[in-house]
Amino acid sequence: MEKIWLIIKREFFTRVRKKSFLITTLLVPLAFAAMIIVPIILSTTSTEHKRIAVVDKSGLFENKIPDSKGVYFKYLQHQNIDSLKLHYSELGYEGVLYLPEFDINRPSGFEFYSSGQASVNIESSINKDINSVIEKKRMEMRGIDQSKMDEIRSDVEVIFKNGKDEKKGNSWVAYGVGYGSGFIIYFILLLFGTSVMRGVMEEKVSRIAEVMISSVKPFQLMMGKIIGIAAVGLLQFFIWGILVTGIYMLVPLFFSPESMQAAATTQADPQQTAEIIHRMRDVVGSINWALLVPCFLLYFLGGYLFYSSLYAAIGSLANEDASDIQQLTIPVTVPIIIGIMIMMKAVQDPGSPLAVWGSIIPFTSPMVMMARLPYGVPGTVPYWQLILSFVCLIGGFMGTTWVAGRIYRTGILMYGKKITLKEAMKWVVRKP
Amino acid sequence: MNLLEVKHLKKHYETHKAVDDVSFGIEQGSIFGLLGPNGAGKTTLLRMITGIFYPDEGQILFNGQKFDPENDVQHIGYMPEERGLYKKMMVGEQTLYLAQLKGLSRKDAVQKIKFWFDKFDINSWYNKRVDELSKGMQQKVQFISTIIHQPKLLILDEPFSGLDPINSNLIKQEIFNLSQQGTTIIFSTHRMEQVEEICDHIMLLNKGHKILDGSVAQIQQDFKQGLFKVGLGTMPNPAQMATYHFNIVQTHDKAFTVKMNEDSTTNDILLHFIRQDIPVTYFEEILPSINEVFITQVQQTENSNANVAALPLA
Repeated sequence: MEKIWLIIKREFFTRVRKKSFLITTLLVPLAFAAMIIVPIILSTTSTEHKRIAVVDKSGLFENKIPDSKGVYFKYLQHQNIDSLKLHYSELGYEGVLYLPEFDINRPSGFEFYSSGQASVNIESSINKDINSVIEKKRMEMRGIDQSKMDEIRSDVEVIFKNGKDEKKGNSWVAYGVGYGSGFIIYFILLLFGTSVMRGVMEEKVSRIAEVMISSVKPFQLMMGKIIGIAAVGLLQFFIWGILVTGIYMLVPLFFSPESMQAAATTQADPQQTAEIIHRMRDVVGSINWALLVPCFLLYFLGGYLFYSSLYAAIGSLANEDASDIQQLTIPVTVPIIIGIMIMMKAVQDPGSPLAVWGSIIPFTSPMVMMARLPYGVPGTVPYWQLILSFVCLIGGFMGTTWVAGRIYRTGILMYGKKITLKEAMKWVVRKP
Repeated sequence: MNLLEVKHLKKHYETHKAVDDVSFGIEQGSIFGLLGPNGAGKTTLLRMITGIFYPDEGQILFNGQKFDPENDVQHIGYMPEERGLYKKMMVGEQTLYLAQLKGLSRKDAVQKIKFWFDKFDINSWYNKRVDELSKGMQQKVQFISTIIHQPKLLILDEPFSGLDPINSNLIKQEIFNLSQQGTTIIFSTHRMEQVEEICDHIMLLNKGHKILDGSVAQIQQDFKQGLFKVGLGTMPNPAQMATYHFNIVQTHDKAFTVKMNEDSTTNDILLHFIRQDIPVTYFEEILPSINEVFITQVQQTENSNANVAALPLA
């Protein structure tokens, strides 16, 4: 036990002390922070004003198109459109909107001129605004009262509740959280699995393996590496957790609530903002975090142990020629990819047989179960499924580490010739 | 007393017998040479002795007890032929790690490292990364990490490969020192000139079989062919050399190499020259080099096993 502890420590500290660890650990939350902060900064400090010249020959639109987000419309009714088209940029305009006289029943001939392609935002908002002006005009002509029209409009939302306690559910939130955590597990399995594999390859190719094996058992060496790398991952999660919460809490200190709202909503309508904040609380409250977070850690560890030992076994088959390894990893990588595919289905339909079985079979369960859990336990995922899934995963990783350990101890000392998987499978049953 | 006793050891791979019924004993404090051509089974045999492989059959006794890899590896130092260190690790840290894996406490390990780094005058390397060192320097670090825990049994597989003559000599001196302090050493090589110089006892392995075992002096006696070199003051004419006692094998400048006939004695040879009044300046026995013994023995077993297909060793 003392030896395996020494190995874990070495694996952990050599990785943690590397510059690349520091960089990824700090860059990820920074990228996350940037995703929140940059839009706020852009929306509050944007000094760029786009001015658009409007030549309205119909006289219908004057002052009816609202200015928004730094886009201002300037009405130049009496300008000649042909000369304006040539000189608008010298006059300080971004573009020219030309609205000719038209038949109200068959509107056509509206044009927008600019030097480059108009942005999608401007394009769609101009379209929307012009159409609404025309609609209003038509209603007026047919004697429909605008206020009556507003009364007729309906904006009801069905509230979806689940469970006996009638907790307000939100399938979009479950979808998002399920998809996100399933994907994170997928990345962890691939990323950390290959990290274990490369570590084993390095030991084999640099020939330290034989020196090590003369001091410790191969299984200790393998497990020490796997646990050491898992510890690195957990530390990274922990730091990210702290940094992300920290950033979330610090952001409001640097920006006024008004600017936060401006970033969150296109039109800073206080009532709408209040509703969004209220909904966000609902969203966070609709997920059973006390269950989800421990499950995430358990599926992370279980899935990682399941696959990383297989990756270690593959790494032990490597030779100086590293190109062979690509082919050897296929049997391990394919189940992970199948898992992410089932996960994508399961997050849409968490009760389907594919999702249920995918969340029980240990090859795919870490990803698929994480996609199902946010939909609710025991509502969508009965307790027996969760327990069976755990038991299968624990049995599964004990099985894979046993098989991998047997391949590893032979492979790590086998030099010179190319090893096929078929050969490696024979080592599983053979005496060392 | 024998520190290591190997009895009827067998290790078979799927396609061939790597070690086939090998027995030998190594006396405490001696230097034991394990010789054999490439693929003879040396590495497999050493891996069984270091607990890396389990034998299919046979027994290993370590210090009089049944070999228990779990605990006995603490008393074994093994330097494999293919050297290996973690390339990105610092030299000092690495030595410390390997020493602790051999059961030394951190404090003891640090102390020992200081001692050996002083002795080899490599303190300045302590905080260097292994891949910054030359191959010969890495070899020294590897040697230190092999002996740092004061093993009872030290196994060195081709310890001089890649070393310049000065460092070679340094390591050789250390091997003698350790041997004098009671360390038992297994020295595996196919470089014969070193064997005669260093080893007390040798064993010759070929295709998994032991073909020869004994002390260096004994083996030379066993395989001597009655050859002597006689130095002469004046070269006699050929007519004077007709004798029943010996044949001339080779003529040198003022000397002959002669092969003595079976019934004759060395005095018979000397008398022949003295009677003819030819001054003898020196007289010496020519013993076979271990290299010669090795080659003839390997070729002999090769011929006798000619019908057995040669199989490559992993």
